[in-house]
Amino acid sequence: MATQKHEPIPEDMYKEHILELYKSPSNFGTLKNPNHEATEYNSVCGDEVTVQLYVKDGIVKDIKFSGSGCVISIVASSLLTEKIKGQKVSDVKILKGEEVLKLLKIKLNPARVKCALLSLDAVKGALK
Amino acid sequence: MNLNNETAKTLKRDFPIFKNNPGLVYLDNAATSQRPKQVIRAISNFYEKENANPGRSTHRLAEKSMEAFNEARKTIAKFIGANPEEVVFTKNATESLNLLSYTILPLVKSGKNEILLTEMEHHSNLVPWQQLAKRQGFKLKFVKIKPDFTLDYDDLKQKLTNKTAIFAFTYISNVLGTVNDVRFLTRLAKQKRAITIIDAAQAVQHLKVDIKEIGCDFLVFSSHKMLGPTGIGILYGRKELLEKLRPFNFGGGMIKRVSWHDSEFKNTMEKFEAGTQNIGEAIAFAEAVKYIEKIGIENIQKCEKELTAYALKKLKEVPGIRIYNPGEQKSSSLVSFSLSGIHPHDIAELLNKEKIAIRAGHQCAMPLMERLKVQGGVCRASFSFYNTFEDIDKLTKVLKDIQQRFK
Repeated sequence: MATQKHEPIPEDMYKEHILELYKSPSNFGTLKNPNHEATEYNSVCGDEVTVQLYVKDGIVKDIKFSGSGCVISIVASSLLTEKIKGQKVSDVKILKGEEVLKLLKIKLNPARVKCALLSLDAVKGALK
Repeated sequence: MNLNNETAKTLKRDFPIFKNNPGLVYLDNAATSQRPKQVIRAISNFYEKENANPGRSTHRLAEKSMEAFNEARKTIAKFIGANPEEVVFTKNATESLNLLSYTILPLVKSGKNEILLTEMEHHSNLVPWQQLAKRQGFKLKFVKIKPDFTLDYDDLKQKLTNKTAIFAFTYISNVLGTVNDVRFLTRLAKQKRAITIIDAAQAVQHLKVDIKEIGCDFLVFSSHKMLGPTGIGILYGRKELLEKLRPFNFGGGMIKRVSWHDSEFKNTMEKFEAGTQNIGEAIAFAEAVKYIEKIGIENIQKCEKELTAYALKKLKEVPGIRIYNPGEQKSSSLVSFSLSGIHPHDIAELLNKEKIAIRAGHQCAMPLMERLKVQGGVCRASFSFYNTFEDIDKLTKVLKDIQQRFK
């Protein structure tokens, strides 16, 4: 059977901007000289994300993330790291989950919220 | 009854879930099966017409419910070739294994201090033994899996020694589908005088399980994976072994006599059943067994084998698929797979949008996922006799669409 287009998959969560970002996420990789680091796990799927930060004078100067994850967790990590790069640590520490969810601009199933917030948990763990 | 793709469609009508969820393609039977109306009715029938506490009160209804409860035990015991007094009602297979892990020490022969498991165990047949090993200072060993997803018998022969106190293994892997030669494994273990415990949670609903033929010491399974209600399962134990174990829970129903400072307990299965039992569920569980027997377990096995063979053939058409299965001859009715570059949860989510239910993730076997070198787990499609070739066609088609989208 050829892989022609059948009826399209309804895709609230898998819109084009999300899939594009998944294929080439920002800030994916590791830092040479991080001074904060933490790894978070999602016990449902066994995913893990490691976040490394370089903080100087109370500012997040650089940040990278690595690990494996679903579309939602990778895209959320990408958007989150973009958002907090250059921000004050004191602001990052009080960043709310809802703000990360807003960055995604899609409606998430309850089961996937944990995926979206994995990197935020890691960032907060690293800055503890 | 000879099962085929057409009879599957007729049998599907016995399962109200499909009427209430039109278009549902349910391929998550290894997580929990669906229930036929006969089972659902048995529960409401009991609570509407016969409900009373068996074994305590002596009025008409209590006697009636006692009779039904006993009958249920007989039906389930006969299903696996056991005597009723060898069949203990528990919450599920997990609780049966936990019960054993907490009570088994009197059966461990002196000088033995090793527990042997396999690399294909579900967490429920791993963590209880791991924790017992920690408590007792026992050594924990795992029989390796070969690249063809079957057990490495050479590795087994090395690891099964005179020190092996317990050998606990799964009948069928919930991830790989591999059917283990449990008679052979039991025989090897007996030669080393090890206690044999079989996790049959993925087996009883798919093939004929006869404990006398296997010769094992203990065997556990859950009702909810075999068309029965949740919250009830079985611990089978050989009579002379159950008699040697101490009770796990204490309370009503399991005692002969109680004084302020001492108690005498009932023997065999009843001493493990403290408190009012899951009576309605036990009766409905027996109804599930009768439903399976009516169709015939051999017929079910044959039909599911055809489904599995078809699925293995069709799924190979999906570009970038990796299949974790020993092949139709050695597999039960499930196929685990992954698609390169796509996370299992994304696959499950996109299948879900097309009303296809599968399991994605670590499948309650995290160490095995590490062994298979898969991050984020795998996807698992698991079949029952009410599935059809069309279900598998739809799964294959949507997987191809997903693969296309992620290109």
